[in-house]
Amino acid sequence: MTHAALPPPAAGSRLRDISLYRALRAFPGLLRVGFAGAVAYRAEFLVWVLAYTMPLIMLGLWTAVAADGPVGRFGEREFSGYFAATLLVRLSSGAWVIWDLNWEVRQGTLQRRLLWPIHALLTYLAENLAALPMRLAIALPIALLTTLWLGPAIWASDPIQLAIVPLSLFGAFLLTFLPMAIIGTLSLWWESSVALYDLWLALYTVFSGYVVPLELFPPGLGRIVAWLPFRQMLAFPVENMIGLVSRERALHDLGIQWAYVALFALLAHLMWRAGIKRFAAFGG
Amino acid sequence: MLKERAVIEVDRLVKHYHVHERPPGVAAAVRSLFSRPTRVVKAVDEISFKIEPGERVGFLGPNGAGKTTTLKMLSGLLFPTAGSARVAGHVPFERKPEFLRSIMLVAGQKQQLLWDLPPAETFELNRAIYDLDRKAFRATLDELVAVLQLDGLLEKPVRQLSLGERMKCELAAALLHRPRVMFLDEPTIGLDVTMQAAVRDFIRRHNERHAATIILTSHYMDDVAALCPRVIAIDRGRLVWDGSLSDLVRETRPEKQISLKLATPVEPAELELAGARVLSHAGLEIKLQVSQAELPAAVSALLSRLRVVDLTVEEAPLEEVLSDLFARQAT
Repeated sequence: MTHAALPPPAAGSRLRDISLYRALRAFPGLLRVGFAGAVAYRAEFLVWVLAYTMPLIMLGLWTAVAADGPVGRFGEREFSGYFAATLLVRLSSGAWVIWDLNWEVRQGTLQRRLLWPIHALLTYLAENLAALPMRLAIALPIALLTTLWLGPAIWASDPIQLAIVPLSLFGAFLLTFLPMAIIGTLSLWWESSVALYDLWLALYTVFSGYVVPLELFPPGLGRIVAWLPFRQMLAFPVENMIGLVSRERALHDLGIQWAYVALFALLAHLMWRAGIKRFAAFGG
Repeated sequence: MLKERAVIEVDRLVKHYHVHERPPGVAAAVRSLFSRPTRVVKAVDEISFKIEPGERVGFLGPNGAGKTTTLKMLSGLLFPTAGSARVAGHVPFERKPEFLRSIMLVAGQKQQLLWDLPPAETFELNRAIYDLDRKAFRATLDELVAVLQLDGLLEKPVRQLSLGERMKCELAAALLHRPRVMFLDEPTIGLDVTMQAAVRDFIRRHNERHAATIILTSHYMDDVAALCPRVIAIDRGRLVWDGSLSDLVRETRPEKQISLKLATPVEPAELELAGARVLSHAGLEIKLQVSQAELPAAVSALLSRLRVVDLTVEEAPLEEVLSDLFARQAT
C-alpha cells in the first residue's frame, strides 16, 4: 500500500510555502482557464461589452452642446476625444465580481473556491482579468477608428504619459474590481449586497467623469472630487490618455490611484478574513 | 513502535446557526422590518471522535442530523461555534494551504466542475491551483482516466455529460492533488445502480491503493455496507454510535431474518416456531424473524417440516437498523 502524499517538494520549497508565491505561480493557469470561460460565453460577453453605450450617448450630447461654442477647454473635438477615451477605459477596466460573489455566497457554491489552497479573491481577480484580451479585441479597433477620425494628435504624445497609460488602466481595473470585492464580501453578513453596489455605481457615474468631464464641475466641488477614488477609476486614465493633464499631474494622480489600490486591497483582505467566518455554506 | 497519530481528531465540536424566523403574510413581513426574531439551531452538538489514517468511515444520520455541517467544519468551510478539530495535523478553519492540499470534499449536490467547459479545463485549473508538477499531474490523470473510464469525456462540455459521467469527473478533479483525507458527501446521489456500484468500487480501490482516509455520508445503505467497516451515527447534532458496522447491527437488531421460498403453500399454523415471528407471508414466499440463539433450531425445523425451494438467512437491513437506532434515541 502506498501512502497518498504529494510528490516531495522540489527545490525552492521554502518559497512555495508562501501563499502569494503559490498564487502567482497559479495565475497563468487561472488566466488561461478564465479566458476559455470568456470564450465559451462569447455571445453574452459581446452583448455585455456593447452595452457600454453611455460614453457614446454623452459624446453625442456634449458635441451638440459644444457646437454653439466651447465649454471651458472643451470644443467638439475635445469632447469627442474625451468620450472616446472614456469608452476605451471602461472597456479595459470592467469587472463583475460583485455579482459572482453575491450569487456564490447565496447559493453556497463559494465553497468550491474555499477548498482551493489560494485566496478566493485572487481566483476572482484572475477570472475578471482573463476577459481582458477579448475586451481589448473590441477596444483596439475603437482606438484605431478614433485616431482616423480625430487624428493622432488627440492622444498624449509625452513618452512618460504614454508609459503611464497601461499602468493607469490596470490601476483603473483594480479600482473597479476591489470595491466590488469589498462590497461583495458584505454579502457574507447581509446575504445580498448588490443594492449597496448600485449606490456606489451611482456615485461613480456622477463623480468619475463618466457623464461630465470633472474640470467642468464647480471649482469647490471639483477640488473635493479630485481626491475621491472615482476620479482614479476613470477621469485620470482618460485625461492622461488624451494629454489633458500635464506630466507632473499625471504622475501625481498615478500615485494617488495606486495608493487607493493598496488601501482597497488591504480592506478587501481584512473584510474577507472577517467575513469568511460567517460563511454558512447553504444549499447542501 | 510508535502508533501513528489519528488523522482526524474531533473534540466536543459544536456548530450553532441563528435562523431568522418569520410567519407568512404581509403583516409579518412588515413586522420583520423592525423585529427579526431568531432561533438557535444546534446543528452539531458536542461531538467527539478520532479516525486513524487509512480508515473508511460511514457518517450516518437522518436528514438535518448535522452530517454535512460536520464535514464542512472538518474541511475548513465552516467556522465552529465551539470545540476543536484537527485534520491531517491542521486546524481546519485556519485554512492553511498545506491543509487544503491534503484534503478533498466531493458533495454529490454541489459541483466543482466548470459547467460550460470540458472537464479537461477543470483538471488544468486544479493543476495550476495545486501547483502540481506537470509530469506527476499527467501520471495521476492517466491513472484516474483508466480507473474511472473517462475516455471520451474529457473534451465534452460538462453540461452535456450525464449525471454519472459528471460524478466520475468530479471524483477525478478532486483526486488530482492526491489528498490524504477524502470527505465524500452523498457521492452516489442520483446515480443509477450500476454507476453507484462503479463509484463505490473506485472509492474502495483508491483507499486500498493509496491509504487515503475516507469519511462518507450517504443515504444509500449499500454504499455504507460496501465501503465502511466503521460507522459514526449522529442524530440532532449528537453522536449516537461510534463503532463497527457489524456491532451496530448486532446490538441494535440482534435478530436474523429467514427468507423462504416454498414448493407448496402452507397454513400459518405450520409456521409457528419457538422464538420466531412471521414478518410476511405472501403465497409461497415467507419472511420470518428469529433470535440468534434460536436460529439453528428454527432452520432445522423449517427444512424438516416444509418443502423448501430456497432459504436465506440475513441480518436486518441496515435501513431498519438505523431507523431503530434513531427511534431509540428519540424516546
